[in-house]
Amino acid sequence: MSSTLAGWLQAVALVGALALCYRPLGDYIAKLLTTAKHLRVERGLYRVIGVDGDADQRWPSYLRSVLAFSAVSLLFLYLLQRTQQWLLLSVDNKAVEAHTAWNTAVSFVTNTNWQSYSGESTMGHLVQMAGLAVQNFVSAAVGIAIVAALIRGFTRNRTDRIGNFWVDLTRIVLRLLLPLSIVFALVLVANGVIQNFHGFHDIATLGGDTQSIPGGPVASQEAIKELGTNGGGFFNANSAHPFENPNGFTNWLEIFLLLVISFALPRTFGKMVGDNRQGYAIVAVMGLFWVASAALMTLAEQHHGGAALQAAGGAMEGKEQRFGIAASSLFATSTTLTSTGAVDAAHDSLTPFGGGLTIFNMMLGEIAPGGTGSGLYGMLILAIVAVFVAGLMVGRTPEYLGKKLGSREMKFASLYILTTPTIVLVGTGLAMALPGERAGMLNSGAHGFSEVLYAFTSASNNNGSAFGGITVNTEWYDTTLGLAMLFGRFLPMVFVLALAGSLAQQQPVPATPGTLPTHKPLFVGLLSGVVLIVVGLTYFPALALGPIAEGLH
Amino acid sequence: MSSTLTPTPVETTEAAAPHRVSGGLLDPKLILSSLPDAVKKLDPRVMVKNPVMFVVEVGSVVTTVSAIANPSVFAWAITIWLWLTTVFANLAEAVAEGRGKAQADTLRRTKTDTTARRLLNWPAAQDEEEVSATALQLGDHVVVEAGQIIPGDGDVVEGVASVDESAITGESAPVIRESGGDRSAVTGGTKVLSDRIVVKISSEPGKTFIDRMIALVEGASRQKTPNEIALNILLASLTIVFLIAVVTLQPMATFAGAPQSMIVLVALVVALIPTTIGALLSAIGIAGMDRLVQRNVLAMSGRAVEAAGDVNTLLLDKTGTITLGNRQAAEFQPAKGVSVDELADAAQLSSLADETPEGRSIVVLAKTEYGLRARAQGELTHATWVPFTAQTRMSGVDLDEADGVHSVRKGAAGSVTNWVTENGGTVGKDVAELVDGISAAGGTPLLVASRIGAKAPRALGVIYLKDVVKEGMKERFDELRRMGIKTIMITGDNPLTAKAIAEEAGVDDFLAEATPEDKMALIKKEQEGGKLVAMTGDGTNDAPALAQADVGVAMNTGTMAAKEAGNMVDLDSNPTKLIEIVEIGKQLLITRGALTTFSIANDVAKYFAIIPAMFASVYPGLGHLNIMALHSPTSAITSAIIFNALVIIGLIPLALRGVKYRPSDASSLLRRNIGVYGFGGLIVPFIGIKLIDLVVQFIPGLS
Repeated sequence: MSSTLAGWLQAVALVGALALCYRPLGDYIAKLLTTAKHLRVERGLYRVIGVDGDADQRWPSYLRSVLAFSAVSLLFLYLLQRTQQWLLLSVDNKAVEAHTAWNTAVSFVTNTNWQSYSGESTMGHLVQMAGLAVQNFVSAAVGIAIVAALIRGFTRNRTDRIGNFWVDLTRIVLRLLLPLSIVFALVLVANGVIQNFHGFHDIATLGGDTQSIPGGPVASQEAIKELGTNGGGFFNANSAHPFENPNGFTNWLEIFLLLVISFALPRTFGKMVGDNRQGYAIVAVMGLFWVASAALMTLAEQHHGGAALQAAGGAMEGKEQRFGIAASSLFATSTTLTSTGAVDAAHDSLTPFGGGLTIFNMMLGEIAPGGTGSGLYGMLILAIVAVFVAGLMVGRTPEYLGKKLGSREMKFASLYILTTPTIVLVGTGLAMALPGERAGMLNSGAHGFSEVLYAFTSASNNNGSAFGGITVNTEWYDTTLGLAMLFGRFLPMVFVLALAGSLAQQQPVPATPGTLPTHKPLFVGLLSGVVLIVVGLTYFPALALGPIAEGLH
Repeated sequence: MSSTLTPTPVETTEAAAPHRVSGGLLDPKLILSSLPDAVKKLDPRVMVKNPVMFVVEVGSVVTTVSAIANPSVFAWAITIWLWLTTVFANLAEAVAEGRGKAQADTLRRTKTDTTARRLLNWPAAQDEEEVSATALQLGDHVVVEAGQIIPGDGDVVEGVASVDESAITGESAPVIRESGGDRSAVTGGTKVLSDRIVVKISSEPGKTFIDRMIALVEGASRQKTPNEIALNILLASLTIVFLIAVVTLQPMATFAGAPQSMIVLVALVVALIPTTIGALLSAIGIAGMDRLVQRNVLAMSGRAVEAAGDVNTLLLDKTGTITLGNRQAAEFQPAKGVSVDELADAAQLSSLADETPEGRSIVVLAKTEYGLRARAQGELTHATWVPFTAQTRMSGVDLDEADGVHSVRKGAAGSVTNWVTENGGTVGKDVAELVDGISAAGGTPLLVASRIGAKAPRALGVIYLKDVVKEGMKERFDELRRMGIKTIMITGDNPLTAKAIAEEAGVDDFLAEATPEDKMALIKKEQEGGKLVAMTGDGTNDAPALAQADVGVAMNTGTMAAKEAGNMVDLDSNPTKLIEIVEIGKQLLITRGALTTFSIANDVAKYFAIIPAMFASVYPGLGHLNIMALHSPTSAITSAIIFNALVIIGLIPLALRGVKYRPSDASSLLRRNIGVYGFGGLIVPFIGIKLIDLVVQFIPGLS
């Protein structure tokens, strides 16, 4: 079977599997977010942390909880890395350097999982399991909690309560992420992903050299790495490493896992607002971008000019032989469209347009389908912008799901769409203006610029994948990229929660034939156009100087 | 019920009254006369209120400085066109305001210095003194006689007069103003044509209706509406994003080996930020108010106009809005053994002395349907006419014939039945059934009976009076339904009658036997469900409901209380206009949305013009993006900026007129507007920039 055909079959199987999960998983998440019943273990937890599980919070209080929880997580993770040499299971790793520890702590708390270090030679098993893996769970849960609060803004009327963060967080971890992770960790182990507490094994290779083979509890971390759209690899090579991703099936499964929750959340949204068609419209836009991007990426990688590339049947540099071009393209597309950032190929070696696509995918704001929760709230914000402009064109004060989009709502939506581009562009601009930081680039010219642009795009959008090439484990990059991740994650959350609070207070407007329908193909097209134009217009000059300049001859 | 003294409001067409400034779209004279205003608005303190155009102005200053420092044809070309962009934006606003000013001037002319005859001790004494109208205080009494101008707003407290209100309404037919009731309000600046009235002044000096009108049409009291603010926020954030995109572009460009000049960077910012909508936004708002003024509707705030576009429920008074003012005879239904012709003849005879509209309609029906010539009262000798009175509720005639007195009576079923029984006759069961049948169908039955000599009178049959629904109303309501607007008919009729008319007119719902309290309750109920309600009203007892409604249109013929309570006043006092007001509100929002879409879509072409111009020198591959094949980098950038400026001028007429609006459902409206303004906005600049480039390339220094 040719690799192209295999790629097609994988893609079709992927769409089928995601479609199968859409309803049950989406409904399940909706149920766990809305039910009044607590599990016994949850009640116990609430008692321990001193939370009234039945009391909902106002948006500022919800936000304070999110920020407090994340701040404590950040501090804990930082200290854990700085003191690992004295703790158990350090596997002979030293204390992580201050700037790396800061960058990594921010990275995992913000669901970015940007790694300026090499996993196997920096982090001991304890940090991996008690630090990084835990954040893989809770940072993903925080994203879903935020979108739950936003959806409640739409569903609730005349109230200032948008839910309880602690309840949302607990339920999402206990009822959703943990069970799924356990199941899929076992599946991964069954397919060859390692799970042990070994350190390095020195073995003699066939060629007579010695090689150091790392061990570790990989499978348990691998499942949530994909499910929670985290992407932080146990090993430096991430999902290109055979212990993380041994074969074609695990590769397919990992793509599936990193997409499944984000693609099911629109169903949760539709279910919660009481109109499943709204969910279909949103998932259609997400799917459209994902399919188009995957197709373009495969095209770019397979039909690249150049004699060597043609002889190899496409751009094979930096790709794993066991996955091939099509599956690697699918992985690269999915990981950059979901804020996962796991990689099974070197993005630096993608063709100019292929690499450009990965950057563009992230620039979309991680919304198609995006990170767990964050993808949906990002898309809903763009939907609000689309509804605002389109709503005017049907001659009414714009309203989305019965809630009017007035100046307050537009203020928060505008601030949201302003935040990430500002961080990306200012960060990249600064890096290009400082001669010392430019020196970190491996390549010169357009490609070198793409490396820096990629780094800031990835960090600000909480993706976490790297183009490679550029040396980022410096104090400057660790600090600035850390700030980019931090602001890129939490500033939008502030605006989303404020928006949720503002929406929840409204009295809904009944829908009439004069109301803009937000569940029809026309709206799907419109929203896609707004996503494309709002993003495209902002980043076009930067893209022109990077991948476009490189790709056009 | 409306007073019979008031002439029924004339159905006005869309055309404005003769003395008003019509919608003359872009009178070159108006542009010229607005130019000084446009330049005056360059004051940064004024400009800063419009963030998008303020950025353009700052950019113009920056390019001016760098053009002086490093003069070149290109630098000056960009500088000049950037300043023109700013001026054009101000021009749009100035033109929109200019049209209002012209109207205000007309109004101001009516505000000539009037002297008032103030009554010192009214009503105890009739002593008067002459004071200036501006010295009148709230609660003063003034006397006005034929030929004099009413010195201030107030209510007639004594007398009746015909008043010429054409100064305000543009309607030349005089109206009657009388003390007491709902027709007591008079407006300062209008002229008494006959008789003498005493007016109690109800406004403070400088705050009269005319003063407010002038302020409104001039836009002096204009405040940004909620939706305008929301849009401004979005535009401001887009401006910031593009500003950041361009500022951070410089280090990236420097790295690429192509640092850009200040001129080019400013040009890129201006090309990208949404200048088209930014320039036209306030003009759109002013023009929306102005379009209402042209239809003789005064909106007290822009907020009200916007709310009109959002209205979910229209409360429409039956009489005058849905039906013609009066009931009309529709059919003669004879009793058993009586021919229709006989009934028609009797009905006509008995109605000759009935001067009410109903009575006249009977004569008309007899003539048109049965060919009975209307007989003049004089041609029948020996006739004693019994005119219609409110007490007897009957009219008729007694004819002195050879065989005795022939009496014919027509009137309310109860009254005529009484007349028949009092004179020894009986009304047959069949006639009673006819009467009930008409009542059940929502009509009004009038009984016709006759008596010859001393014989017992007999009932001849029944005249079917019905409300006549205005032509085209059903279609209008269907249209409203498609727009998602529910119509509720308000009437004092009994539920049965109301239901029949509601069905015939095609309204969605009705409120029968409506009291002002019922109206109020209905509005509150609708609003509780999140709906916006619009209504018209004229009486003092409508005032609370008018105030409660989201859009309350007071009739100019109404009381001062009603006019104060509503947020719009219809000078033509035509309740049907409510529908037009809703359409204008929608059109206003659509125009904003359409131009925003157009403005953003324009950016795509501008990128294709400017980006290759900036970077093709270092990355020749980017030359492929020059799909318009523009002549040179400088001509490309200049063309984009010129297009950007000219498109503002080109769209001023559209901003003032509003985009075309056809009532339809949201989906088809959206499809059409995205097609025209979204895709149009993508394509037009490609053509425009190319055409400008074809000219500009011949300018030395730009090629």
